Amino acid sequence: MSGLDLNFMNWEIFRSFVLNGLLFSLQLTVVATLGGIFFGTLLALMRLSGKSALVVPATIYVNGMRSVPLVMVILWFFLLVPLIIGRPVGAENSAYITFIAFEAAYFSEIMRAGIQSIPRGQVFAGQALGMSYGQNMRLVVLPQAFRNMLPVLLTQTIILFQDTSLVYAIGAYDLLKGFVTAGKIYGRPEEVYLLAAVCYFVICYALSWLVKRLQARIAIIR
Amino acid sequence: MTWDWQVFLNDDGSGRTYLEWFFEAWQWTLAVAGCSWLISVVVGAVIGTLRTLPDSPILVRLANAWVELFRNIPILVQVFIWYFVVPRAFPYFQQVPGFLLVVFALGFFTSARIAEQVRAGIQALPRGQRYAGMAMGFSTAQTYRYVLLPMAFRIIMPPLTSESMNLLKNSSVAFAVSIPELTMYAMQVQEETSRGIEVYLLATAAYAVSAFAVNRVFAFIERRIQVPGFIATGQAAGGH
Repeated sequence: MSGLDLNFMNWEIFRSFVLNGLLFSLQLTVVATLGGIFFGTLLALMRLSGKSALVVPATIYVNGMRSVPLVMVILWFFLLVPLIIGRPVGAENSAYITFIAFEAAYFSEIMRAGIQSIPRGQVFAGQALGMSYGQNMRLVVLPQAFRNMLPVLLTQTIILFQDTSLVYAIGAYDLLKGFVTAGKIYGRPEEVYLLAAVCYFVICYALSWLVKRLQARIAIIR
Repeated sequence: MTWDWQVFLNDDGSGRTYLEWFFEAWQWTLAVAGCSWLISVVVGAVIGTLRTLPDSPILVRLANAWVELFRNIPILVQVFIWYFVVPRAFPYFQQVPGFLLVVFALGFFTSARIAEQVRAGIQALPRGQRYAGMAMGFSTAQTYRYVLLPMAFRIIMPPLTSESMNLLKNSSVAFAVSIPELTMYAMQVQEETSRGIEVYLLATAAYAVSAFAVNRVFAFIERRIQVPGFIATGQAAGGH
């Protein structure tokens, strides 16, 4: 390794340049996960409803989102959202909207698989107790679907966290941008990419280790 | 707002129209994705096989480490490392064109995911398959070559299909190091012409068409290599 100096980074630099970016990346991940699961579940219910007025639009939305690169979706929303609401929204807010809309498509596929994994008898049991469709879904089917799909949902969240780095395309200040900015100011433009890689690796590796533990526990209980 | 599709017939200032530029960009996307695909399948098959070797704990560990390393770092960061850090750390790479560096980044990133699928595919086979190979007097290499890998690859065709489509979509990160592919094209032409919606629509359509074509090609291959009597199933949820 010739001439790479990783020692310039210290807590002071980390706190003033990287920490804000890290917080934004984490916030974006949490908001997009929760929002994505909420809207994804709605999309999954639409696709499983059997009414073509609901099935067709949901299917088009999900397949459309899934066939386009995330970077293009980020660019699309950055272009369209200000046009629709009539004023600039900023890269960060645009990123929130984009990631919720984009991840909803992926989470909906996971939730659809989860709902379909519930034995039909569970639905019949709910109906036999006189539950409405809403009650049946809320009290019987969805809790079990969430539980079955928890490891997959969390794995998707790790991927989502990595993908937040793509807001680079619209210049939002995330973890990667924090490192890049620090690198520019302190004259270490190449080194910071290695530091960013270490940072992402530690977070993602720790999370995936947790998911593995959780998966093992759930497997025993079931 | 009104459509203005004629914008694509305008000259971009270097004697070609924006439409001609678009087709060049599309070719770049396909070239980046195609070359990375070759690397990712070859490396992924090797690493995935190593992870299932009996009696070679060190190789298994190394292969597992490979997967964890390339899977837990965002693709964009990996592209930057190949493009900026590797040539500085290893001067030999300064002669390697940027296109190849991006291909390495995408290829190795995807190889980790394909290795995971190959491993799952091999482990999904009944244990008896391996024993059958041993009983025939095959060496380990022959057992893999003639017994395990041919079936494993058939099993993983569905997830391999979606991973290949993911690779095509992920090739869009090449914009970050100025490879003149579709996303770069979209960003640049949007700026030059201010016809963002038309430009993005065209680029998005090119991605969707390409992804669909990949899907159809794989479905065709999957049908052609099907072994009668075996129902190969795989799962494909999440990802990108």
